[in-house]
Amino acid sequence: MEPDGPFSRRESARLVSVLTRVFGVENLSLAEDVAQETLASAFEAWSYGGVPAHYSALLTASAKNRAIDVLRRERTARKFAPELTRFIESEWTLRPVVDDMFQPGALEDDELRMMFSCCHPRLHEEAQVPLILNILCGFHVDEIAAAFLASAAAIHKRLARGKKVLAGSIRLFDLKAHDFVERLSAVQRALYLLFNEGYHGASAEAVVRGDLCRQAMRLGGMLVAHGPSSIPSTKALASLMCLNAARLPARTDTAGDLKGLFDQDRSRWGPQLIAEGVELLADSAAGDELSAYHVEARIAALHATAPDARETPWGEIVDLYDVLMRIAPSPVVALNRAVALAQHQGAAPGLAALRSIRDKERLAGYPFYPAALGELELRLGHAVAALRHFEEAHRLARNAAERRFIEQRIAACD
Amino acid sequence: MSEFIFLYRRPPTPNLSPKQLEERMHRWRAWFDKLEKGGHLLKLGQPLADAGGCVVRDAKGTVTDGPYAETKDIVIGYSIIAAKDLAEAVRLTEGWPAFDEGGVLEVRPVLKM
Repeated sequence: MEPDGPFSRRESARLVSVLTRVFGVENLSLAEDVAQETLASAFEAWSYGGVPAHYSALLTASAKNRAIDVLRRERTARKFAPELTRFIESEWTLRPVVDDMFQPGALEDDELRMMFSCCHPRLHEEAQVPLILNILCGFHVDEIAAAFLASAAAIHKRLARGKKVLAGSIRLFDLKAHDFVERLSAVQRALYLLFNEGYHGASAEAVVRGDLCRQAMRLGGMLVAHGPSSIPSTKALASLMCLNAARLPARTDTAGDLKGLFDQDRSRWGPQLIAEGVELLADSAAGDELSAYHVEARIAALHATAPDARETPWGEIVDLYDVLMRIAPSPVVALNRAVALAQHQGAAPGLAALRSIRDKERLAGYPFYPAALGELELRLGHAVAALRHFEEAHRLARNAAERRFIEQRIAACD
Repeated sequence: MSEFIFLYRRPPTPNLSPKQLEERMHRWRAWFDKLEKGGHLLKLGQPLADAGGCVVRDAKGTVTDGPYAETKDIVIGYSIIAAKDLAEAVRLTEGWPAFDEGGVLEVRPVLKM
């Protein structure tokens, strides 16, 4: 398995993006169909002969030929990209113009432009993330629904709305546009949510989770590689993803059971990803911007480089959560802060902090809030209260792995 | 040793995701590898495009679009296989990936004088 996951995801994103530029955004579904046909016939052929070394160039060439056929066939029936319309009327200009559009440098820009286009301000984050997964990671409706534990109908609706907005935007996002930085922060946010869906999300399957995290990291890597988007907050986000991904293999044990941070086998954390994350974090310190990604990455780095839970600098972590509460407050951040505080000052202050979380009703459906309450009650020797909280957590658990995890905590109350 | 032709037939499979297409390719590769390692793969053969063909119906050159809209399982490829007899050839079809997609595998002995 390649580090980015199946290479078809990357290739699909590349083809859909360039074809969308060639056909125009209003023909997005045509671009998706042509990309799909290109991949399907290539994989059919490679089922016999194997994947050739220059597969990417072959796919590009095949998509280009299909695009030319489509343009020729439909030039009178459809409206195509404005920059193309006057060239497709003549065979003399059709091929050279399309050739130009498929040049390697242009292809990378197309993918970035597509990524920025998916984060259109008229779309809610709930629509942006599935749209990115669909267009830039090649996930189909069923695969997204499975990853989000949502119904296929709900995902289909969000995608349809997203594509309607996309198709109405005349052309793909211009990377030199005046609102580039604004849009970049929406893109960062969407990738952050995509990664978190993989890291903390409801799907029980480790494979699916890893795939989501890898896709977010791949797209984040493209932002880091592209000069104008490679700003400190982008590097901090990439660092955060590396550092958390490093711990991903240890989040479940060999039996597929969830492991809390304190019980993880730290030898299974990926040293290469930790090193990469620490380096990106150092890089991200340039300039005076302090984003939430910086703070979260710093916290993740402290965990990733600590030999065990006892030698983790909890005081520093509590301070960082305080900073995070100032710049990006949320009940989940407050919950994590309380857990760190319990490590630093003891279970009683931790419990008090948990109980005084503002907006804690927003955590009502989140199993790890009652689980944290139960844990700290248990540490204080209040087994009856602990049991009540764990039972609540069990009721809220979203999949079998979470249920088994909480069952073990219930057993510890005896 | 006798020769057999394996004719792969499968209904159209629209709407597979890139990942599913890639995984399907790996399953075919693994199945071909197994045949090859057993010395049964005389000719790997070729996949056939499922569109863009035609059927010539008579000497006058009457042509209809192919492949055949009325058959659900169109031929999607072929290979030439070496096997002791039909029974062995049939055993070699085990694990053919397209069975899971409603495919059928036609095994035909190559006629020799």
